Amino acid sequence: MSDVVEKTLTALPSLLSLDSQPGAAKLSSTSKLGNLIRGITELTSKHEEEKLIHRELASIKEQVSSPNTSMRQMKELMVRAIYCESLGYEASFSYIHAIKLAQQGTGLEKRVGYLAVSLFLNENHELLLLLVNTVLKDLQSTNLIEVCMALTVVSQMFPKDMIPAILPLVEEKLNHPKEIIRRKAVLALYKFYLIAPNQVQHIHNKFRKALCDKDPGVMTASLHIYLQMIQENAEGYKDLTASFVSILKQVVGGKLPIDFNYHSVPAPWLQIQLIRILSLLGKNDQRTSEIMYEVLDESLRRAEMNHNITYAILYECVKCIYTIHPKSDLLEKAAKCIGNFVLSPKINLKYLGLKALTYVIQQDPKLALQHQMTIIECLDHPDLIIKRETLELLFRITNTQNVVVIVEKMLEFLRMSTDDYTTIDLVGKVAELAEKYPSDCVCFSYKNYTYAPDNEWFIETMNTVFSLSGDTMQPDIPNSFLKLLSEGFESVEEDRKLRLFAVDSYVTLLKGETGKLPQFFLQVISWVLGEYSHLSEELKPATVLELLQKLLDRKQTSSETKSWALMAMTKLCEGRAGVSVAQQVSETYISSMDTVLRQRAQELQHLSQDSELRARVLPRDADLEPLEVDSSLSFLDGFVSEALAAGAAPYKPPHQRQEELSQAKVLSLEPYGLSLPISMSSCSIADRQSPTLLSMSSGLSGDSTDLSHKGGSTTLKFEGVKRVWGKEGYLAQKESVEEAVQVEAPSPLRSTSQQAEVVGSHSQTPTLTPTPEPEQEKQQLASSLFFGISSQSSVCLMGKSGPTPQRFRRKAKGQSSSSGATEQMSNSVVFTSTTVDNLLCNNPPDSTITSEVDVSSSKHTSELPQGLTAANGTCDIEAELTDSDLKGSSPPLSGDNGLENADPDPHENLDKPQGVCLSSHLPAELSGLCRSEITPLCTLQNLDLSACHVHREDTIVLVVFITNSSDSAVQHIRLDLDSELLEVSCVSESPAKDVRSVAVYLYSLTVRRPAVHVELAGTVSYQVPVGTPQTAQFSYKLPLTAFIRPLTVSTEEYGTMWLAFSHDTKQNLTLINDGQEPLVATLNVLRKKLQLHVVEVIGVEGILACKLLQDQPCLMHFRVHEGALAVWLRSPVPDLPDCLIYHCQRALQEH
Amino acid sequence: MIKAILIFNNHGKPRLIRFYQYFTEDMQQQIIRETFHLVSKRDDNVCNFLEGGSLIGGSDYKLIYRHYATLYFVFCVDSSESELGILDLIQVFVETLDKCFENVCELDLIFHMDKVHYILQEVVMGGMVLETNMNEIVAQVEVQNRMEKSEGGLSAAPARAVSAVKNMNLPEIPRNINIGDINIKVPSLSPF
Repeated sequence: MSDVVEKTLTALPSLLSLDSQPGAAKLSSTSKLGNLIRGITELTSKHEEEKLIHRELASIKEQVSSPNTSMRQMKELMVRAIYCESLGYEASFSYIHAIKLAQQGTGLEKRVGYLAVSLFLNENHELLLLLVNTVLKDLQSTNLIEVCMALTVVSQMFPKDMIPAILPLVEEKLNHPKEIIRRKAVLALYKFYLIAPNQVQHIHNKFRKALCDKDPGVMTASLHIYLQMIQENAEGYKDLTASFVSILKQVVGGKLPIDFNYHSVPAPWLQIQLIRILSLLGKNDQRTSEIMYEVLDESLRRAEMNHNITYAILYECVKCIYTIHPKSDLLEKAAKCIGNFVLSPKINLKYLGLKALTYVIQQDPKLALQHQMTIIECLDHPDLIIKRETLELLFRITNTQNVVVIVEKMLEFLRMSTDDYTTIDLVGKVAELAEKYPSDCVCFSYKNYTYAPDNEWFIETMNTVFSLSGDTMQPDIPNSFLKLLSEGFESVEEDRKLRLFAVDSYVTLLKGETGKLPQFFLQVISWVLGEYSHLSEELKPATVLELLQKLLDRKQTSSETKSWALMAMTKLCEGRAGVSVAQQVSETYISSMDTVLRQRAQELQHLSQDSELRARVLPRDADLEPLEVDSSLSFLDGFVSEALAAGAAPYKPPHQRQEELSQAKVLSLEPYGLSLPISMSSCSIADRQSPTLLSMSSGLSGDSTDLSHKGGSTTLKFEGVKRVWGKEGYLAQKESVEEAVQVEAPSPLRSTSQQAEVVGSHSQTPTLTPTPEPEQEKQQLASSLFFGISSQSSVCLMGKSGPTPQRFRRKAKGQSSSSGATEQMSNSVVFTSTTVDNLLCNNPPDSTITSEVDVSSSKHTSELPQGLTAANGTCDIEAELTDSDLKGSSPPLSGDNGLENADPDPHENLDKPQGVCLSSHLPAELSGLCRSEITPLCTLQNLDLSACHVHREDTIVLVVFITNSSDSAVQHIRLDLDSELLEVSCVSESPAKDVRSVAVYLYSLTVRRPAVHVELAGTVSYQVPVGTPQTAQFSYKLPLTAFIRPLTVSTEEYGTMWLAFSHDTKQNLTLINDGQEPLVATLNVLRKKLQLHVVEVIGVEGILACKLLQDQPCLMHFRVHEGALAVWLRSPVPDLPDCLIYHCQRALQEH
Repeated sequence: MIKAILIFNNHGKPRLIRFYQYFTEDMQQQIIRETFHLVSKRDDNVCNFLEGGSLIGGSDYKLIYRHYATLYFVFCVDSSESELGILDLIQVFVETLDKCFENVCELDLIFHMDKVHYILQEVVMGGMVLETNMNEIVAQVEVQNRMEKSEGGLSAAPARAVSAVKNMNLPEIPRNINIGDINIKVPSLSPF
């Protein structure tokens, strides 16, 4: 067979050689590719082409797999395979050979191999792993061309996980003597930055070097990176503004070699890039903007309108001028420029002019007036793109006066448009406009039509929108339309009219030809008729029912629409005629294959017979109170508790079930809750009774609320939704039953879908068994509910936790007091301003640090954000921070821990003035370290006790200050501290030397048994000269996180430790989704807040380690699974994993 | 960033396809078809920009194209590229092709598809504009072609030729860079 093929193929050229064309003449007549191509061009039908290509592919396949094929032939075969692929025929058999060719070939063969690989594969393809070694080898090659090839393929695609393997080599290339290689290396690094930003964190400085490269080409390449990074975080690069400005100045001034000119414009692409960067930097920043005014002016002046590319520069300038802090004379020039664009006969420039106008119109609406006529002309432009751009512009300047006309124009365009994308986009915009200005009494005379105020116009516009949109509409448009209709506007009478008009117009529509109406529209019509057709006096329900029935009978009606129609009928079926129609219809659909339809038919049947029930379930004119959705599904509580009482097994989360299956190990049933001291606090919840682990954490989050409020406002706990469902499902508890009863009372429902839900659940209840599937759903609901509550409570606790505390944290690492940080600190809610003051005034002894900071403070502030970005790295960052730590003060401890502990309860903040003085009494060796706020412990007649805890690397030090507030001396002060959970040892005591001075007691703390919070109880006793001895009790509480330190282990060590530890906990946490890769972002937050060590992150998994002081390790394994973060903690210490999970949760919620 | 570069002829036959973002094979073909459909409808006297191919990701993306005789050159880019800049980049690319092939025509692109790819690689690398200077691009391509010639002699005198290839240097285009003028302030690295 293949022989035949071969013959056919070799025969082809002789047939075709007659019409050899000039381009083809250069080819050797024996080229097989040439043959193939000529063969294809001769063919007339797609079918023949397919046949030919398949034969060709078969022959290629045979040859590539033959061992006798030389590399040279392979190269040729590969080109043919590329050709076939580009025509859309798959040649997957050749992929592996492409890799082989890149591996084994030399020179040109390698080049073809790399090209084929980069065309065939994508970065997720498994075969790509085979290429890594080849790339590694070629990067080290002495042959520059091979290095170039490797860099090119790397920047095209490279498996993310393998980046670390080649990163050092690519970095090395940044110092290569050849500029082309430096340039390619920069772009390859940029690519790495795009796909795995954290991998290249540490080479930001090298990017800077690239920016300063002596070759402008390398500098240009580095601008790609800067554009991207500045887009993400402009604050971090403000210091480079002057550099960019000076580069641009020199480029514009023609300082670059003539070689860089394009149509005698110096490096236009470079200019464009620079101006873009400047506009990002100068946005909302007057000071930075001022630096660039001059060069922008210069650019505007230099770019004389002579060539396409100068317009490109001008356009960027104009956009930049309107983006940065405004300067009037520049704006004037820019406006003139825009005018030139808009008025230009060149259509591309007109397009850009319109774009620019759209961009600036909000700032300068007058500009639109100036170009009014041009805009009107553009509306009738033959080019649809121009037209659309004009509509976009009009959309931005819509107001009550012009809305009618603009909408009319848009609809006109919609009627002509055939492009789905445009239609969807425009429909959305029209709907937005129509909804924005419906009742603003638009009384407007246009082309002799007087538009009646609002209602009719609104309904008609929406009708047109619905009927034009086809079925491509975004579903939120009908939703918001219905919402608008049901919620109404200010006046009841207006609302009635609006609805009435809608009903009338829909009845008319349904009476006409309904065949072309899109399904969405029919659904809207059904709903409106069901809900509001009773408003119309002359309209009989029977008529509407008939219309709906007609709709049901149509073949084109989708089953979703049918169920909407059935629901509408359910609302309308009254009177004898109605009931009979309903019976008829429901009989038809009660046996439908579609379960939803069947259910609706059931409902219809039942409700049409029982008018009382119907009135209750579907009250007419239901009040518009927002519906309370019981997302905890508490109405099922009764059912579940019954089931439990009847002996059903309690719900277990999936991982628990799995574990039970996999290991025969018996679950530890010891009551977790009891190990936690907080569960003894006033509002201990019945959750504790639940044997499962997770219910404990649900209890925890509740408790944490009252914890911080110290019983002051226990009410918060009972507000909001009841915590009836824990993470793992229903929490057996008695109190919840009565709560559930309230919820179960049928609330008047308005929205149909929710009605359906309730009706559905009523009918389903009897058959419901506690199977895992629904439980799981509930679990999801519950978990969202759970998080909702606790996040709420954390808001009260912490105030806003925005990026500000994060900034501060970075600062606090180096030194806990710095004037540079002051501004930022005052932003942070946690650290109240008084503390800042106290830090400022009370730290003179550590003059070295302070003074240094003072000097460099301004600098620090500007550099700070960059430090932040650097701090986002995962593994390398610890080292970096330690290096940069000032004066070997403490190892980097995030100030956060201390801050979190600082109880921000308002009444305690009243004691601030005292705190101010107290911090000055902090022993010198502790003053540089991060610590919690000083909180008062107790106040006696003569003495005030306050305390704080200071984080040291290897221990936690509790500092107790005793101040004598009276004038008489106090003697024999005795301080006793005790704790079930902590070991307390006294480090030093420095009794007060005289009256009114402060005695400072230091204690070192070690955890005996972990708990979420550990509490110390203390007694102070003393004697005043005249009088009896006095005693007083106090307590002090610290979170467990204060005792957590990073544990540096390697992955191997981690592995062995993991197997050795017996206590574990699993739970799902929410992922943080703020643009970055969620796993990395989440781990970073945890790492920073909890002092963890990131051991390794691979793909969707990450492992972290930490230790509880002194040496009690805890290992954490994180895996991203279905949008959540599955966490598995192991430790030799009982309870430690549970407590850490709690803190992880807290940390993520506060983020 | 440039997401894709498509070259097809007036009948929609793909001549060069380069995606810088992963799409499945079917998706790629669909994108080519849709792009052709969009572009071919347009007259020569309308603007060279198109918005909203629904396939390559929505409103942020733009098609920027030029029509030369029998070929359409279409660049699909996101908002970080300048429209007119790309338009001129296409021009640079085509002029480079013209220089390399001496009066380039559609057939050159068909028969030397691989070479066109190599030229493109020197202009756009991994979706980023690498070089806009035509002479520089041509010089880079020529070095590679020289490798081709020297390879011809490989079988004859293997050892010598291999060493010749090894020692071959990339062209040093004298640029007369008076970079001393561009005194970018070396930013002081933040003293943490």
